[in-house]
Amino acid sequence: MSEELYEQMAQSIIEGEKEIAVELATKAIELNIHPLDAIAKGFVVGVNYIGDQFGKGEAFLPELVMAGEAMKAAVGVLEPELLKLGEARETLGRVVLATVEGDIHEIGKTLVGTMLSASGFEVTDLGVDQPAEKIIGKAIEIDAQIIGMSALLTTTMIRQREVIEELDKEGLRSRIKVMVGGAPITKSWAEKINADGTAEDAMGAVQLAKKLVGKE
Amino acid sequence: MQPKLTLLTNDLIERILDEAHQLLLKPGVKVNNRKARELLASAGAQVDAETNVVHIPAQIVHETTASVPNEFYLYDSDGNPAVKYGGDAVHFDPGSSGIAMLNPETLEHETTETSHLLKLIKVAEQLPQYDAQSTAVICHDVPQQIQDSYHLYLALLYSKKPIVTGAFTNKTVNEMIEMLAILAGGRDAAREKPRAIFDVCPAPPLIWSDFASGNLIALARAGIPAEIVSVPLAGAAAPVTLLGAVTQHTAECLAGIAIHQLAQAGSPIVWGGAAAIFDMKKGATPMGAVETAMLDCSYAQVAKTLNIPTHTYLGATDSKLVDAQAGLESGITAMIGALSGINMISGSGMLDFLSCHSAEKLIIDAEGIAMAKRMIAGVQLHTETLATGFYDDNINFKGGDFLKQKITMQLFRKEQHLPSAVIDRDSMHNWKQAGSLDAFARAKAIVNELLASYSRPQLDETAEQALHAFMLTLARNAGMDALPALEDTTTANAIG
Repeated sequence: MSEELYEQMAQSIIEGEKEIAVELATKAIELNIHPLDAIAKGFVVGVNYIGDQFGKGEAFLPELVMAGEAMKAAVGVLEPELLKLGEARETLGRVVLATVEGDIHEIGKTLVGTMLSASGFEVTDLGVDQPAEKIIGKAIEIDAQIIGMSALLTTTMIRQREVIEELDKEGLRSRIKVMVGGAPITKSWAEKINADGTAEDAMGAVQLAKKLVGKE
Repeated sequence: MQPKLTLLTNDLIERILDEAHQLLLKPGVKVNNRKARELLASAGAQVDAETNVVHIPAQIVHETTASVPNEFYLYDSDGNPAVKYGGDAVHFDPGSSGIAMLNPETLEHETTETSHLLKLIKVAEQLPQYDAQSTAVICHDVPQQIQDSYHLYLALLYSKKPIVTGAFTNKTVNEMIEMLAILAGGRDAAREKPRAIFDVCPAPPLIWSDFASGNLIALARAGIPAEIVSVPLAGAAAPVTLLGAVTQHTAECLAGIAIHQLAQAGSPIVWGGAAAIFDMKKGATPMGAVETAMLDCSYAQVAKTLNIPTHTYLGATDSKLVDAQAGLESGITAMIGALSGINMISGSGMLDFLSCHSAEKLIIDAEGIAMAKRMIAGVQLHTETLATGFYDDNINFKGGDFLKQKITMQLFRKEQHLPSAVIDRDSMHNWKQAGSLDAFARAKAIVNELLASYSRPQLDETAEQALHAFMLTLARNAGMDALPALEDTTTANAIG
């Protein structure tokens, strides 16, 4: 019975069917299925599948995003149940995301946020045009393990370095890892500014984040 | 709305038809086939017995063009209609009868044999952009007198798609009609659901050769579709002006249709060609020239006025390699052909004035075809409101909002052609990581994938055996001990 339900859960994510995912999450609660099982044995299987398909070039961005949205919605139903049980979902880690100051591009960053949270991270997305102190302040506030910074312009990518330098100055680098991304960002840029890594796309960012928190 | 490219006013089309009628009377058409001359004479044409020149009055032309079917279909091996000739339907097939093939490693143009034709068929079979196969290259490893039939034999064995083919003799056209009948289960069945269409070429200017006229008659009587491939070369074998060359093309087609329809009224025939300008520096016939495409667009417009199905040769290049010239000439001319609403556009895969084929080029051309097909699919209305319906309460004025809409997921495949891996849209980083490959190198990889994933279609065993026996007999009569060895077949190729 629950096997079948898990399969339907995975399928709802693969098809990006948010409403169905929510229905199935509700059903799981009614059937006294442990929310963590519903997530791990059901919904996450779907996210992994679609991420895999995306990597192979067989799924496309809208499918990836819809899967992420459906995942978020399902987890949104299950999480209060977990709290009631006196448990919290063990997230992979807390991430603060932002597009750096002076830059208003965010499609890529939002995608990264969607996929990170679909993969089990707790994501706080500050949005665009964020100065260093706000990004760092939020990271301290929520005790984030990762800061993710996006920049689309060659003129704004230098801001990524400012945030990193600030973190260094405050002695926070041992607690907070930094990943950088955006169209002009290369591996050599990431190395040059002493970031902890960069990735080419949203799925790559998920892998990198898992690596940075030691949960590959 | 299917966007359309037109180059001629109605007034000009009328003048083209009028002058073509005049040409058919004077100087007339040279018809080097006795039966064809007799058909024309008995319909009222005046025949000069010494020169074989036939003067065809407009009355015959009017009657014979009127009896041409306005549309017909070619069928796949399962008997499903797969290619529509008629109206503004647009299809593509690889070019035919190349004599060489580009070796992707040595870049030599190799003389073609069985293995080359099979490679092209296997690749084209798996690319949905190609609505039909063609007998793409000549197999020089079998004697000339059985080549036509042998090419069709291979296409029938290795493909499910309709086949654009042709015959260079009256003998082989009859053999090939018989092969189609064997697979279809009789001549009536072969006519009912034709699997193949035969190119038939007049010679410019205004000549219908003995074998070409003979083929027109044989095809008309068998009810197997014929495709006129008139080849005016503007400036050499036709007037230098585009309008003059189109007028000659019109006269050659009208004469061919007259012979064909007098042999059997109502038999399917196509107004086609491989028109080209004549290059005044090299004495060549460039298939990639824009004027070549303009000739084709124009003659198609003439055919459409008469409501006759259309064909042309575009999507090819004169380059010797699959390079930038190949890409731009093939892509631009394929687009012009599609916008002209031409029913069958042959030529993809071809280099070097239609003499050399390339499987890698088929892969790249498929993307040009996909772009052309997307273009003519037009700008479509998919939603009730154009835009307002997309802005619901969940819009928070962020880029990326629309990626989260279900309708985006539902419609993006309809709105966008999703290109194969031969088209690079990668980031610089990923492109470098994948080996910094150019389009040709990427196409090579895809060719290898397709060759690995190919499997031969299942044919009715009895029919396949009969087809094979028929081919073996032809080979034996041509003095062969064995046909070239074929992979993936259970049939023995040695003469039993």
